[in-house]
Amino acid sequence: MSLLKVFKNGLTRENPTFRLVLGMCPTLAVTTSLMGGLGMGIATTLVLAGSNLIISLLRNVIPDKIRIPCYIVVIATLVTIIDNLMQAFLPALAEVLGIFIPLIVVNCIILARAETFASKNGLVPSLVDGFGMGLGFTVSLSVLGTIREILGTGTFAQAADFGFAGVQLMPEQAAGLIMILPPGAFITLGLLMGFLNQYLEGKGGNSGGAA
Amino acid sequence: MDKLKVTPPPHLHSGDQIRFVMRDVLVALIPACLAAIYFFGWRALLMLAVGTGSAVFWEWLLVSKEKKTIGDLSAAVTGMLLTLVLPPSLPLWLIPIGTLIAIGLGKLIFGGLGYNPFNPALIGRAALMASWPAAMTSWFWPKGASLPLENFNALTTATPLVLAKYRGFQVGYSQLFWGNVAGSLGETSAFAILLGAAYLIIKRRIDLRIPLSYLATVFILMAIWGRDPVFHLLAGGLLLGAFFMATDYVTTPVTPRGRIVFGIGCGILTVLIRLFGGYPEGVNYSILLMNALSPLLERWTMPVPGRRSSRA
Repeated sequence: MSLLKVFKNGLTRENPTFRLVLGMCPTLAVTTSLMGGLGMGIATTLVLAGSNLIISLLRNVIPDKIRIPCYIVVIATLVTIIDNLMQAFLPALAEVLGIFIPLIVVNCIILARAETFASKNGLVPSLVDGFGMGLGFTVSLSVLGTIREILGTGTFAQAADFGFAGVQLMPEQAAGLIMILPPGAFITLGLLMGFLNQYLEGKGGNSGGAA
Repeated sequence: MDKLKVTPPPHLHSGDQIRFVMRDVLVALIPACLAAIYFFGWRALLMLAVGTGSAVFWEWLLVSKEKKTIGDLSAAVTGMLLTLVLPPSLPLWLIPIGTLIAIGLGKLIFGGLGYNPFNPALIGRAALMASWPAAMTSWFWPKGASLPLENFNALTTATPLVLAKYRGFQVGYSQLFWGNVAGSLGETSAFAILLGAAYLIIKRRIDLRIPLSYLATVFILMAIWGRDPVFHLLAGGLLLGAFFMATDYVTTPVTPRGRIVFGIGCGILTVLIRLFGGYPEGVNYSILLMNALSPLLERWTMPVPGRRSSRA
C-alpha cells in the first residue's frame, strides 16, 4: 500500500467512526458542539500518531504475550501528557470533554491501530496511518458536532476558550433540545452512517471495513 | 396447466385494503377534531390542516417515485393523530417538524408502513416533547370553561392531570367527559373520543382486547392506590391513546393473548408514570415502551398448532 493510500484509508474506506464503528463512546458523548468534536478529534489524533510511532519502533522488542499491557503503558503516557496540556491551556474545553480525555487510553481505535497496523509496519507507514485515522476521526466528530450544535443550540462554532460566542444561525427558540441530548447523537450518527455507506456502495467501494 | 396458480397462503382475500382501514380511522377521528375546533377555536382547524397536510407532504417527498404510498392514507392518519396530541398553543412551525420526525424517522427509515417498530405519531410527540419542552407543556383553558381555581383570571394554566398531581385539585367528571378543560387538541373530550371509538368497533376495525385491558388495568391500579379511578380514566390522553394509538396494527402484537398482556403493560406503565414519574402524563411513553416489547410478546404468546395452551 502506498503511503497516500494508507493515509486516505482512514478518511473514507476505513473511517473509524462511520465504517469501522470504533470509539463510539467519545463519538456519542462529546459531539454536542463543533469545538467538542474537534478538540476530542485532535487529542485522539495526537495520541494515535504518537502511539503508532512508538509502538512501531518497539514492535520487535515487545514480547508477544504481554503486548496489550505494553501498548496500554505507551498510550496512557501519551494521554496523560495531552490531558495535562489541555487542562493547562484550554481549561473550558477540558471541562467539556471531562472524563473522555483520560478515557482515550481505552479508545478502541488506538488499540486497534496498534494491534493491526503499528505492530506490523515500519515507522513511516505507522505514523501516516495514525494521522490518517486520526484525521478521519476528527472530521467525523466535527461533522457530527457541527450538525448537532446548529440544530440543538442554533449556534455555529462556539468556542469558550477563545472567547468566541459562535455565529447564531437560528433563533434560540427554534433549536431542538433533543439534538444535544443523547438521542440526538444516535439519530445523527445513524443517518450519517447510512448516507455514507450508501454513497460508498454506489461508488463500488462495498468492501466494508477490512481491519 | 396455465389455470393452476400456486401461491403461498392466505388464499382468500377479504377485499379489504389498508386504504379502507385508514379511511375508517380518519372518519373516527372527526368527532375529536370537531371537539378540538369547538373548544380551542379555528386555530385548532389550522393546526389539524398543517399537521395532516405536512405529514402527507413528507411521505410524498421521501418515498421514491415508483411506489408513492400516500394513497394508503396512513400518512394522513399519522399527521392527524400527532396533531391531536399536541397542545393547542403550540407554534405552527413546530408541527411540520413533528410530522417529519414521525413520518421520516418513525416510519419510512425502517422501510415504511408495516416495518416501523414504534407508533410514528407517538415518536413525533416524544421528539417534540424532548426538544421543545416549554412549548409542549403550555396549555390554556377553552373559552367559556369555568376555571378550576377561584379568582384565577389568567387563561393559561395546567391540564387536569397537572392540577391533580401538583396542586391536589380535581376537575369534575362532567367537565372532563365533555371536554372543556385544558389539554392536547383531541384528548380533552372523552365523549368525542368514545364516539369515534364506537365507530371503529362497529366497523370491526379495532380489537377491544388492548383498550379494555389497558383501561381496566389503569382503573384497578388507581383504585388500589386510593386515587379516583374514574378521574384517571377521563383525564389526560388515556382514552385517545387506548383506542387510537395502542390499537395500531403494526406496532402491537397480533396474538390475542399478546394483546391483553400489551394492554396490561401499558396500563401499569401509565399508572407508574402518573403517580411516581417526573411527568404528569405517561400514556405516550407507556405505549412506546410496550411497542418495543411487542415482538417479544408475540413470540411468547404465539399459539402452537394442536395444543390447547398457547404457551410454547
